[in-house]
Amino acid sequence: MKTERAVGIVGYGAYVPRPRLPAKRIAETWLPSSSRPLPVREKSVPGIDEDTVTMSIEAARNALSRAAIDPSELRAVWVGTESKPYAVKPTSTIVAEAIGATPNVSAADMEFACKAGSEAMQTAVAYVGSGMADYALAIGMDAAQSKPGDALEYTAAAGGAAYVFGPADRALALVEASNSYVTDTPDFFRRQHMHYPEHGHRFTGEPAYFTHIQGATQEIMSELGREAADYRWAVFHQPNPKFVHRITKLLGFTPEQVKPGMVVEEVGNTYAGSSLLGLAAVLDVAAPGDRIFFCSYGSGAGSDAFSLVATERLISMRDAAPRVRQYLSHRYEIREYGHYLRHARKIRMH
Amino acid sequence: MQLPRYHRLRRSFYRLEGTRCNRCDRLFFPGRRICPDCRSQDVEPYQFRGRGTLYSFTNVQQPPRGFGSIGPYAVGMVRLEEGPLVTSQLTDVDGVDLVIGMEVEMVTRKIQDSSEHGYIVYGYKFRPLLTGAR
Ligand SMILES: [Zn+2]
Repeated sequence: MKTERAVGIVGYGAYVPRPRLPAKRIAETWLPSSSRPLPVREKSVPGIDEDTVTMSIEAARNALSRAAIDPSELRAVWVGTESKPYAVKPTSTIVAEAIGATPNVSAADMEFACKAGSEAMQTAVAYVGSGMADYALAIGMDAAQSKPGDALEYTAAAGGAAYVFGPADRALALVEASNSYVTDTPDFFRRQHMHYPEHGHRFTGEPAYFTHIQGATQEIMSELGREAADYRWAVFHQPNPKFVHRITKLLGFTPEQVKPGMVVEEVGNTYAGSSLLGLAAVLDVAAPGDRIFFCSYGSGAGSDAFSLVATERLISMRDAAPRVRQYLSHRYEIREYGHYLRHARKIRMH
Repeated sequence: MQLPRYHRLRRSFYRLEGTRCNRCDRLFFPGRRICPDCRSQDVEPYQFRGRGTLYSFTNVQQPPRGFGSIGPYAVGMVRLEEGPLVTSQLTDVDGVDLVIGMEVEMVTRKIQDSSEHGYIVYGYKFRPLLTGAR
């Protein structure tokens, strides 16, 4: 898909909370005598006073600093998440108010498991590309929940990133094209009354993550007449390092192309934030002219693919906000599983 | 905190919006509708940048009712770079040696996540400035 009017990312901003839980803290609680390799080194955990609203606000402020626009120029604030603080009440209006974008602005929360953030990006591209708006903000952010003792507890993490889309002449990275690929797939779900999500075990790998990313990628590559070698960098949704290594190989990309965007080892899986956070880490190091391939994945299931090209302006605006690396080194290790349970709100008080 | 008061003050809570006296240029946080210096009513909203230095601090081991789920926590007085002195919770300070004069920046966090009516109170806090940022 291409827009009528040329669109780009005019600002981006990451956020990762400071508390980190090493995977070995979980293993020593649930599998004390196991010697199985752990999926990641550690994961980010929200601070006791953090949630999707507060994390989105900081990422959005970072994106606005790099965009160098007044927040009142935004015509949309969309937050893609599966961890809304309120069951009924938008996350996006609180974020919009806090960054100073209200009241002449659209706002909504987007839902689509881990691709809710990239769905917000697609919509923002369309808003700007159609000429309806000059600037639109798309956020992918999660404080992911996981059942204590479940395999997903090692990786379910907190963080994400925010993107301001705007006209191409102010772009830090141009959007060449984008597309979406979805099917009804029962790989991961949570009913209203359940606290933790369930996974449909036999559906999680092949028919879900791999099929949808391959589908979206092949479609956009044929639309643009490109192949993996035409890109300097590539970013995928990062549920664990293993899946990313495998999809990289399947699509003909190299480990070097995905390396700068690989944050999962240190952060874990930030769900709707995952691929957007990876893209921010790539923009932190990309040079003007570098072509960047981006593809998300969300259970349920679907993928959004974007083809991007970094511009000269990226270099001059990059230092207007902290880089992903700075958030990764802004770190405080949680030493006890019990502290983690409190941080992650797993102790039900009422 | 009562919902009507929280709603009325949301801009100062969420993003540190105060006021400025157009007659004598004085800045206020929290905002004032009448300038206490020159008695002028010609005041308008003013957005503080959210940077400052730690003027004083203490640790709250036994939080007041409604703040228990977030405590214990540190409270600080912060001298904003624009002048006013603001009292606020400090955050992201686990394992940090707080020092008077250290640089801090405003972030928006949860102040109460379990008010008796069920709504979440978000507001400004200060944390040590991220190293090398901005
Ligand atoms: Zn005055």
